[in-house]
This record gives sequence, structure tokens and C-alpha cells, in this order.
Amino acid sequence: MGDSPKPRRKRKPRVALFVTCLADLMRPAVAEASVALLRSTGVEVVVPPEQTCCGQPGYNSGDYASAAKIAQQVIRTFESYRYVVLPSGSCAGMVIKHYPRLLEGAWRERALQLGGRTYELTCFLRDVAKYKPTPLANTTAVAYHDACAGLRELGIKTQPRDLLSAAGVKISELEQSETCCGFGGTFCAKMPGISAKMADDKLRDIEDSGATQVLAGDLGCLLALAGRARRQGSSLEFRHVAEVLAASSSALDDDGIATAKRDS
Amino acid sequence: MNGSGVEFQRAAAEAIADTTHSANREQLGRKLPEARKEAIDAFGGDATFDAMRRDFKQLREHAQRHLGHYLEQFVAKARENGCQVHFARDSDELNRHVLDICIGAKAERVIKGKSMVTEETGLNVALEDAGLAVRETDLGEYILQEAGEKPSHIVAPALHKTKADIRELFLRQHALGERDLESSAAMVAEARRLLREDFLHADVGIIGSNALIAETGHSLLVTNEGNGDLCANLPDTLVICTTLDRLLPRASDGMAMLRLLARSTTGQALSCYTSFYSGPRKHHDVDGPTAVHFVILDNQRSDILASDYREMLHCLRCGACLNHCPIYMTAGGHAYDSVYPGPMGSVLTPLLTSLEEAEALPNACTACGRCEEVCPANIPLPGLLRDLRAEQFTTRVSPARWRAGLKLHAWLVLRPRLYRAVTGAAVRLMHRLGRKRGVIRHLPFAGGWLTARDLPAPAKQSFLSAYLDQQRKASRGAKP
Repeated sequence: MGDSPKPRRKRKPRVALFVTCLADLMRPAVAEASVALLRSTGVEVVVPPEQTCCGQPGYNSGDYASAAKIAQQVIRTFESYRYVVLPSGSCAGMVIKHYPRLLEGAWRERALQLGGRTYELTCFLRDVAKYKPTPLANTTAVAYHDACAGLRELGIKTQPRDLLSAAGVKISELEQSETCCGFGGTFCAKMPGISAKMADDKLRDIEDSGATQVLAGDLGCLLALAGRARRQGSSLEFRHVAEVLAASSSALDDDGIATAKRDS
Repeated sequence: MNGSGVEFQRAAAEAIADTTHSANREQLGRKLPEARKEAIDAFGGDATFDAMRRDFKQLREHAQRHLGHYLEQFVAKARENGCQVHFARDSDELNRHVLDICIGAKAERVIKGKSMVTEETGLNVALEDAGLAVRETDLGEYILQEAGEKPSHIVAPALHKTKADIRELFLRQHALGERDLESSAAMVAEARRLLREDFLHADVGIIGSNALIAETGHSLLVTNEGNGDLCANLPDTLVICTTLDRLLPRASDGMAMLRLLARSTTGQALSCYTSFYSGPRKHHDVDGPTAVHFVILDNQRSDILASDYREMLHCLRCGACLNHCPIYMTAGGHAYDSVYPGPMGSVLTPLLTSLEEAEALPNACTACGRCEEVCPANIPLPGLLRDLRAEQFTTRVSPARWRAGLKLHAWLVLRPRLYRAVTGAAVRLMHRLGRKRGVIRHLPFAGGWLTARDLPAPAKQSFLSAYLDQQRKASRGAKP
């Protein structure tokens, strides 16, 4: 720590991207943007092909036994890399905070080792890679949704804001910025009515802020909010923060999450 | 599809549909956290408060580890002070003890301060069934008694009632003719005037306790209305109903608790009244009860103490977790159908009843973590709720469909190649279904999601399969 030492250029540090299942399956643009952003900082980016899911759905629903097996699989897949980066606060929190709780003995040690080298994307970009964003040409009024797990487990609050403001993006802060959006993983399917009301409150807060675009660091919240907004006929635009920061990637070819896709 | 908690969700839906009260809760969900924050900022900010929370947690852990010792000390001191101490294994035993005390005192009229323990045991019904007149004197509890309703909050029992509700209730319940009840002050004055009669003529006063001080045998109580003191000092007999987990070693530990309590609850530095009850009146005292009884309830608490949920017994009953819980504020306290709603209630209720009976409650959580962030006793509420879900999972209390779905998901996740093939096919299908609109409205097995929201459609191909295709092409191209 301290003054940022110049990264040694001799050998690029190898960074494994844990794409996360939602980005992989639902919004590949987030993964593309993450690769582009990481590469632009001069690291070698590897995407281990054995990766699947971090195990949160089962873990949060109480299937600890399966979650522990998944945690071991993730540890085996990622532990040989210098850094592991995830474009999601909740998945990063799962690896960093919850794997050590799930596992015992030598596996717990390995989990702690991995956790110490695991970062959420905006944390890695700002604090490890010292990434300097390229200023964006035209930006709209943007709201930033602090996803709960990232906010409270990893303290993610200023990291995306610093990066976005360096890129010239102006954020209209929400009045209730630290209130849950109602996604909660399987919660939104278990208790859809309550979840929808929470999403509505959040969407109203966003609209009151004057923002037309919603950014966040977690796809779960974004997909759930976008899905509710579409159902309610709202025209808000939703994007992952990585997509905006990597404005040059193909990510910005469409109008955001839950809009008609163009087949390339 | 209802994943879990059909009753909970039905009650929540009704609460949401009632727009007046829903808006009222939303207001409170903003105001109460603001009040707490202001109080903590005025006290030195989060760092100071965090240090105090950590200290208090240690204190609670210590008291809990040596519970037997402190309980013995407390009982010996309380008896020295002239109090009688009774133990109740369960609700019925507590109710019977209190009823016996009332009968012994030849009581007809009973007044009560706010006590969640007696809500838990259903004491009022037990006493009324025996022919006693019971009057709640905490304003919120009084309102609910008049309305025939149950508390919706552990600190502010009538939180669900608006001013207009209460005005209408008083006009209906109190035959006092035409009068101006426009202001809150007028309503409070009316309640106070009516309650005065009960205070002056009661034979037994029943109150709760915020802490039992082992070194002195005293009971500590905070109120904002002073009704607790009137219940404790006017009738001849005082009964303090409480639980094992209220024990603190020293009076100064009570002070440590007070610094956290009101700030967390209402945002006050201190509640209006803080009292220590030391026992019956001495010969030189001019007032006070002649007999003081403690009834100490266990009701599963010693089981909780022996379990991995013992941190739940650190709870101060401040209500901060309720005030900050987005689900509590959305669904309302009554949806929980428990004396203890919100996050603390969702942990405690299944432990006091059963995992089956309270099936919904551990699931009424998005794991947002706000409750843990504000809990003055540093209780890891989301983690305890998750542990309860884990117990529901292993004991097959959670719905079979959910368990099967999660097991299948995990099975697939642990087989990366198969996972890729299956999810790849699903992505292609979903892409086709949602291409036109960008969202999907109908999809098998996605009922829970699609009830209230569209499902954003994915791109044509998953990232990894595209990435791996690309890599294969590149490596083929690189070969000589």
C-alpha cells in the first residue's frame, strides 16, 4: 500500500475473471466490458473455462452442503491466479466473506487465501490497477444503485463513483441510496409481491432523482429492477457500471438491459 | 407460485394494497433511520457507536457465559431487598404465577406497563378469563387494547395506526360527547384523563424490565410516558415479568446499555424516564408497593442459549432492526403474525415456536444487511436467518419444489461442461423468446420472477461459449 508503486512491467500479473453466471448467461456485454477494462490496465486477463456459478442461490436458501462443494470447485478453478476479479459485489462477497464460513480446516485456509486475492471489479480497477478512465463524450443523467452485499460486506460506495466521475459521468444521488431494491436473489421469486413493491419504491426514488439511466455493479439488482420497470412501462435505461466505463466495447451497442437485442 | 409463506405474503399484499397505511410506513421507514443517525452523529458518529457496540457485545457474552452465577446473585440480592422471585418454564407457568399473585392480593383491577414478555405469554387473556380487569397504560398498548388489535412493533406497538385512526377510535370508544380531538395533544390528554382512574384504583401493577442488575437485585426500566413508574408505585403489589437474558452484572453495565438503547430506538439520547426498582417500600418510604414479585420466564431461552443462535439473546429490544428493515416496512408488522416481527422477530419466532409454524419468517429477508449494520448488540441477524433457512432445508421444512430446484442447480453447477451445454440451450431459447421486446413474459419454471416483473432477455450466446469459440479459432489459426 502507501504510495502506489509502479507495477513491474516485466511480467504482467495474471488476473482471472470470474464472469459470474448472470453476466455470462444474461448479459455477456458486462463480461466483455470487464475483459476490456482489465486489459486496458496492462494485466493479462484469463477466463478460466471451468467456471460456472459462485453458489449463492443454494447458500442463501440454506443448502450449505452443496454451496460448500461449489466453493471448493471455485477455489480449485481460481486459486492459481495472482488476482481474481468479479463484476459483482455479491459474488465477490460470497467468495471473500462466505467461503471461509462454509469450509473447514485446510479448505478454509485455501478459501481465506483466495479471498485475500479476490476483488470486485470497481475495487480492483480503482485500488489495485489504479485505472484512469477515459472521459466519455456524451453522458446522460445517471443514478447509481448501491447493491447491498457490495455496500455492506465489501464497503463498495466510493469506488464506482470515483471511476464514473473521472470518466465525466455525473451521478444524481438517490434519496434512499442505501435501501434494498427488493431483489435479494431467490427472495424475489419466493416473495414476488413484496419484492415488487420494494422495486417500485426504488424506481420512484430513481425517477425523482431526474436520472434516465440506472447504473449498478450487480446484475441481479439490475435485471430485477429492469424487469419491474419494463412491466410497469417505464423507459429507464439500465446498465452495469463496467459497460459504461468501457464505453468503447460492444456493450453500448444496445439500449441497455431488457431492450430488444440486435443479432450480430 | 408461492415459494414460501403463503399467509405472510397474503397479509403483506393486503398491507401494501392499503395505500394510506403503506404510505405511512414508508414515511416512518425514512424518518426513524434519520432520527437514529442524527442521534449517533451527535454522540460522536459511527466509530464511537461501533466501539460501544463492541463493548456491549462483550458484556452480553460475558453475562451469558456466566448466566448461572449472575442469576444466583440476582435472586439472592432481590430476596435480600424483600422481593419474591418466581421462575416460569413456559407461558402458562408465567400466567399462573401472576394470576396466583393477583388472587393472593385479592386483586380486581390490574394495570400494566408495556411488556413484550406478557404479550408473548398472552397474560391479559389469562387474567381476564379469571375475571380480572386489565388495563394497558402505555399509550400505544392502550390504543391497541381499545381497538382490540395486536402490536405491530416491539417498541411502538401502535406504529401501524395513523392519527386519524386513533381519533376515530377514541370518538367511537369513549362516550364523552362532542369534543375537539384534532391535535395529538388533545388525544393524549383524553387518554391520560381516562387512565388516571385506572392508575388510582388498581390493586396490582405489572411491568416489564429492560435489565436485571445482578449486583444490586434491581430492575431497570425505561419509558417515555412515565406510565411504568405509576404502575410500579401506585398499586400495593408490583409484578415484574421478564426473561433470563435481561441479566447484566453491574449497574454500570445498565448505563452502557442505556447509551445504546434510546439512540437506536427513537433517536433520543435518553428516554424520558429511567427507573430502577429496588423492592417493596421500606418503613420510612412514603409510597411504593408493599409486595414486589419477579417472574422470570424461560420459554425456550435456555435452549437458545445452548444453541448456535445464542447471540439472539443479546437483543436489547430496541426495534432498530425493524425500523431499518425494508421488508418490515413494506409488509407491515402484522404480516409476521408474531409478538416479535421484523428481523429480530424472524430469528426469535421460529426459535420460540417451530421452524414449521414460522416457515415464512426466515425467508422474509433479502440479506441486505441493514439490520446487522444498525443493531446495537451487533447481532448477525442475516446470518442467523440464513442458518434458520439451512435448518429448514435439511429438515425438509422448505417447499419441496424449491429444494429440488436448488439441488438440481447445484448438481449442474458442479458439472461445468454439462452446465455449459444446458445453459447454452436455455440462453438460445430465451434469446429467441425475448428478441422482439427485449424481455420475456412467459417461461416455464420462472413463475416466481414473472409474477411481478418481466425477465430481461439474454444475448444470443453466453459470454463463455463465445469466448471459448474465439479462443479455439485463434489457436487453430496459430498452428503452422
